Amino acid sequence: MLLAVLSGFILALFAPLLKRFLGYRAGWVLALLPASIFVYFLGQYDQVMSQHAIFEYHPWIPSLGLNLTFYLDGISLLFALLISGIGTFIMIYSGGYLKGHVHLGRFFAFMLMFMASMLGVVLSSNLMAIFLFWELTSVTSFLLIGFDHLRQASRRAALQALVVTGLGGLAMLAGFVILGTSVGNFEMADILSFGNVVKDSELYIPILILILLGAFTKSAQFPFHFWLPNAMEAPTPVSAFLHSATMVKAGIYLMMRTYPILGDTIEWSLLLGIFGGFTLLAGTFIAIRQTDLKQMLAYTTMASLGLLTMLLGAGGEGAIEGAVLYLLAHSLFKGGLFMVAGTIYHEAGTLDITKLGGLGRKMPITFFAALIAALSMGGIIPLVGFIAKESMYHALLHGDPLSTILLVVAIIGNAMMFAIGFAVALKPMMGKLGDMPKQAHEGSIMLWLGPLTLGLCGLAAGIGIAYLGHTIVHSAVSAIGNENAETDLHLWGGINAPLILSLLTMAWGGVIFYFYDKVRAFADRVLNWIGWGPDKGFDQFLALLLWVSQRITDTFQTGHLKTYMRNTFILLALVIWVPMIAYDALPDIDLSTLTKPTFYEAGILLIAVLGLYAVLIAKSRLTSIVSLGILGFAVAILFMLFGAPDLSFTQFMVETLTAVILALVMTRLKLDKNDAKYGMEAVVATIVAIAVGSGFAALLLRVMQTELDMSLSDYFTKYSAAIAHGHNIVNVILVDFRALDTLGEISVVMTTGVVILALIRLKPKNHKHASQKSKSKSKLKESAS
Amino acid sequence: MNTIILRTIAPALTALMIIFSLFVLLRGHNEPGGGFIGGLIAASAMALYGISSGVQAVRRALYFHPVTMGGFGVLMAACSGIPSYINNVPFLSGIWWKVPLGDGEYFDLSTPMIFDIGVWFVVVGAITAIMLTLEEAD
Repeated sequence: MLLAVLSGFILALFAPLLKRFLGYRAGWVLALLPASIFVYFLGQYDQVMSQHAIFEYHPWIPSLGLNLTFYLDGISLLFALLISGIGTFIMIYSGGYLKGHVHLGRFFAFMLMFMASMLGVVLSSNLMAIFLFWELTSVTSFLLIGFDHLRQASRRAALQALVVTGLGGLAMLAGFVILGTSVGNFEMADILSFGNVVKDSELYIPILILILLGAFTKSAQFPFHFWLPNAMEAPTPVSAFLHSATMVKAGIYLMMRTYPILGDTIEWSLLLGIFGGFTLLAGTFIAIRQTDLKQMLAYTTMASLGLLTMLLGAGGEGAIEGAVLYLLAHSLFKGGLFMVAGTIYHEAGTLDITKLGGLGRKMPITFFAALIAALSMGGIIPLVGFIAKESMYHALLHGDPLSTILLVVAIIGNAMMFAIGFAVALKPMMGKLGDMPKQAHEGSIMLWLGPLTLGLCGLAAGIGIAYLGHTIVHSAVSAIGNENAETDLHLWGGINAPLILSLLTMAWGGVIFYFYDKVRAFADRVLNWIGWGPDKGFDQFLALLLWVSQRITDTFQTGHLKTYMRNTFILLALVIWVPMIAYDALPDIDLSTLTKPTFYEAGILLIAVLGLYAVLIAKSRLTSIVSLGILGFAVAILFMLFGAPDLSFTQFMVETLTAVILALVMTRLKLDKNDAKYGMEAVVATIVAIAVGSGFAALLLRVMQTELDMSLSDYFTKYSAAIAHGHNIVNVILVDFRALDTLGEISVVMTTGVVILALIRLKPKNHKHASQKSKSKSKLKESAS
Repeated sequence: MNTIILRTIAPALTALMIIFSLFVLLRGHNEPGGGFIGGLIAASAMALYGISSGVQAVRRALYFHPVTMGGFGVLMAACSGIPSYINNVPFLSGIWWKVPLGDGEYFDLSTPMIFDIGVWFVVVGAITAIMLTLEEAD
């Protein structure tokens, strides 16, 4: 399984090269990878059935508990087959759709990386690995939506999708961390066997909400749905693959996967039922309003995801069976319809349904593919969509209030989708030839092979449903419910209540289809009246964020070094004093315990004080810089006296170089000779200086009064010579025991050096003005503005 | 500041300081010293030479650009971790070799020493670069 997941990433590296040699035909070759992955997973079926699940372990970073553990059970298998199966046809379709595009090679690479990441999501068992692959799908989706990166709309949509799904991913990570630490295990495969431990935990609600946030953002549930329609800026193969058939189902997968440990509680049912149901209704209602084929499909995708969420919320074996069947049906028909829409755009040059018409005669194969997809979407016998609908109606016919409400919602939603599905498939194809920018004719085999095959698969799945019911659907439903499920499916179940509801749905859908333009005008009016949506809210939120950060920046980044220093030192004083007072940890000052300084120690202290006094009374900057050096040297001698020769040595050198560099900075920046402070400024500076100084003194006294933990010192003393062959412990720590830290530090030194060079070389535009301000920071600000 | 006494004595003093800096660098493992302190001493030497003889003289004497020296130092320190991969121990673990010098004498070569020399280069390079640029009159 490791190879199945990683091969996509590896092949992605070579995809641009392959495209260079084969051109758009590289799509045929690249499709071999998903095809062979599909065959591989098909071959695993028997083992999954007999053993319930296959587990595979590859150590990655075992010390962090991060391993590539793969877990293949019924539900992973179904997803893996859908991803690789649809992926095969998408690769072929991409070659035809983007034939002649300059960056087709890059496109192939992104698609393969996405496919590999998506397989990683559905196959991983380690929570951290799931998160990692989950974020990789967000990143690849970002790259693919922004593929046409010269258009501002693409860039905005890409960023929006990344922000929304990324934030959801972080919430999910938090949920995973709480989940993992509360049960003490980060392997999904193990957690699934713990039974009700999580549901009984007092952390159940936070875990549930955080994980659902991840699922809802990814699967475009209201109010996080807005990124999905915008993501239609991506080339159509991306919409077909990521934004209908696979990636947006990652959230559904997550809910299915966590169903045994989180599902079937009152909170779960309410959250999923309400959000899913509302997403279904809102999605279909907004979809009716659209005139762009891809937008119609995008909003129905959102609706279908809502339907799936709602079914999972209803819970129970029947609803899960309905969800699995609908998942299968939706991936097939929606992937197909998107590809049809792409072909129409490719051939006719527009996606506007009011302009399209009469294409059916020109492109019969595409028409046929669109028609069977729409039949499945409308839930008409004998397609798999019909069985999915029967199954969900059957499951929701319980009579309890929640189920009944969800049943009504499902009927309304399905009826609307029936109408929209046929509108997408029939309106561009039937009637008079529309007013289209291009002279349309049938697309190449690369363009119709995918939608036709997916459509026929939908038909085959419907006819062969009895077989599927005992195999893949059975294993998936059993895996979700974590028990052996009864999935006895038939194409024709006789005349019963679900069938009557089904007929009702179709009749209703037919009525909507007949009055399509009127319904659209109505939806348009209502939505215009509301006027505000989460998409606008997203922009407003970003604007607010920018506004707040602008205010904060303006407050703190004044461009005056004086202000920065003052703020830094005020904060430092607070950091020292506040905890010390709040925790009543002031040092005891008992003069009798202090040893009396010898005369030379007292002498050095006196020199230090004199240096300090000289700094205070100095008339010019240069004098104060040199006087500060006196203080520094006195301290260095103290270090020497108290047995820290290395420290003392360094202190001497640093003091010397500081004096030299400060003097250079002064002449270089043409600062005023003196830097006197008057009035309030002087008072504030004095108070801050005394607060910081006394704070450090108090802190050091306090530290001396606690028991020091000597274990590290002892360790280094003991092993410095023995292991590291060095007697200078300080140096051994620097270059051996903690060499990695030092490596980081010298990298920082180097980077700082380069940055300072760049700052010095900046030429301020208004030199006179800059000279009045202090030091280099102001220069930066000047030249930037 | 640029008196004839300073100008006369500075080159000799600079040479002396650089020798001392190397001495401090190499003895650092057992006695007070090491790459950081040694580097600071060498940087002071450069500062002194720069003040007395001018920036151009220092640049000529250094031959390499100080930033290049610093970058080389980071690279050298990082590369001293490569032998740990070959010996399959954690990155930057100290590894020691005895290099025979003939007459039964040995020289202790080690990765921490290479690392420390890298640190020396970084400190000299970064500080000298900043100082020289500041000193250059524009």
